[in-house]
Amino acid sequence: MTPLIEFRELSKIYIMGDNEVRAVDGISLTIMRGEFVAIVGQSGSGKSTCMNIIGCLDIPTSGSYILDGHDVSKLDDDELAEIRNRMIGFIFQQYNLLPKLSALGNVELPLVYSGLHKSERRTRAAGALEKVGLQDKMENLPSQLSGGQQQRVSIARALASSPSVILADEPTGALDSKTGKEVIELLKKLHAEGNTVVLITHDNAIASQADRIIRLADGQIIYNGKSDLEVL
Amino acid sequence: MTLLQSFQMAISNILARKVRSLLTMLGIIIGVVAVIVIIGLGNGMESYMVSSFQSMGTDLLTVNIIGRNSERSITVDEMYELAYDNPDYFTMMSPVVNLGVSVKIHTEKMDATSVTGVGEDYGDMKKFTLRSGRGISYMDIKNRHHVAVIGSYIDDIYFGGYAVGESLRINGQLYEIVGVYEQEADEIDEGNADDAVYIPYSLAVKLTPSNTINSYSFGMVSEDYVKESKQIIDAKLYDVYEDEDAYIIISMSELLGIMSSMIDIMITILAAIAGISLVVGGIGIMNIMLVSVSERTREIGIRKALGAKRRHIMRQFVIEAATTSAIGGIIGIILGYALSNVASQIILIALDTEISVNASPSAAFGAFAISAGIGILFGYLPARKAAMLNPIDALRYE
Repeated sequence: MTPLIEFRELSKIYIMGDNEVRAVDGISLTIMRGEFVAIVGQSGSGKSTCMNIIGCLDIPTSGSYILDGHDVSKLDDDELAEIRNRMIGFIFQQYNLLPKLSALGNVELPLVYSGLHKSERRTRAAGALEKVGLQDKMENLPSQLSGGQQQRVSIARALASSPSVILADEPTGALDSKTGKEVIELLKKLHAEGNTVVLITHDNAIASQADRIIRLADGQIIYNGKSDLEVL
Repeated sequence: MTLLQSFQMAISNILARKVRSLLTMLGIIIGVVAVIVIIGLGNGMESYMVSSFQSMGTDLLTVNIIGRNSERSITVDEMYELAYDNPDYFTMMSPVVNLGVSVKIHTEKMDATSVTGVGEDYGDMKKFTLRSGRGISYMDIKNRHHVAVIGSYIDDIYFGGYAVGESLRINGQLYEIVGVYEQEADEIDEGNADDAVYIPYSLAVKLTPSNTINSYSFGMVSEDYVKESKQIIDAKLYDVYEDEDAYIIISMSELLGIMSSMIDIMITILAAIAGISLVVGGIGIMNIMLVSVSERTREIGIRKALGAKRRHIMRQFVIEAATTSAIGGIIGIILGYALSNVASQIILIALDTEISVNASPSAAFGAFAISAGIGILFGYLPARKAAMLNPIDALRYE
């Protein structure tokens, strides 16, 4: 079985003035379809760079990134946009909802760019909102929703296009612990339904909710294995 | 993402910032209004001029003889022959003798009234219609009958509409009024086209100091043959006078053409100057769109993360710029039409002339197209800036 996500000797190097910063330094990893993986690390460990590359927001300096059997490390801006649209469901720490669109409008947004017909978009977006329990709030603007609700809208948005990977970047970072827990439970539920979930976090307690942990430090993998076997 | 969606999005963004959008549009609005009013004024001036020239007859050629000192002078009969020999070009001909003499009706002396000696075809040539009586006839001319045809002004003011059969005095001689022409001028006014007396040229020529006829009118078959018709007369006159400066052949349609093209040039220059404000308006739009791109960096980042391609972002901003300026264009057209009407009224009151400012639909359409085009042109740069944003940086933007 081919992995869904595969890094082969992947590096990302930033040039900052005269310095060369190796944000990610020759790492290789695989994530299979249906896994729930947490990529953990302190700030500066390279986890954000990993998330950008997995999410096709950025391309590696060297090495390759194979997504669902295709090398996407050399694609241009527009090709990456299309892959993001089809295969990646983003959940951001700051929700990143468009303030002037209703919950429904926000969830529809990725479907607009995939060129779906309006009625099809409506149905799918409404279905996704129902899945996260916001069927009563579809017409609300983000500002009329609580933080937890906004994050659930963004989860619905990630789900709407039926992506191959749900990529959650510190999804609980802006929430209190109770709502944070609810969001994690929701992610677990999505995983249980067969979705591949990749969680990026600095919080070990959150990371331990995943099946597998990939721990990064200084751009290298220092642990890659079951979450309950990691010795901290 | 369809065009319609981009357009709806543009409209909602414009409505979300009403004051700013209106200020952004202001340059375009002023530019469009200026272009429409100026072109309208040009149209008005041109049609005013065309109608005043047409009332003088654009199918007429006027020949003025200047060379008095030459040994030989062209005769009336030769001129008539010229017209009769070229029936493909000329319909008729009439001598015209403008007299600087005074007219007396009863005991009243009339200084403003024009007295003109004419041939029997003059009235037809000028397309005058008779209100009552008859025109000047060939027999009147041949036998030098003391008869006169008068304009409606004299009839109305001095004879209460019953001038035929009455008489007037020119240079002390009594003339019987045999006919009255219909009103020609728009208004009833002393000294205008209707305050006129026409008498047989054979009598009029005796009242001139030199006893010569210095002016002739030729009726042309068609305005399209102005050149050829002029050439025929020119050939004949040159034959007689052997000097190009001894005579002038004036065609109203040629004069009209020259005047029209002069007005056209003037209006084009003025419209171009007004058009500069459209460009300034475009720069204003570009400026605001650049601000808007900065303000919406995060939105652009989100859209790109969710799969918007460069062209989607590009289109969104270009359409927003174009919609902004097109709305400005529409407001400008409405104001332009309104102002044109106001301007017509002002001209009528202040100058007492009926030059109507005709805002033409083609000018309005052109102004609209140009303003939308300017939106696209000046929206391009900000849109490109937005489209090229890196989604990671854009998402991080606060």
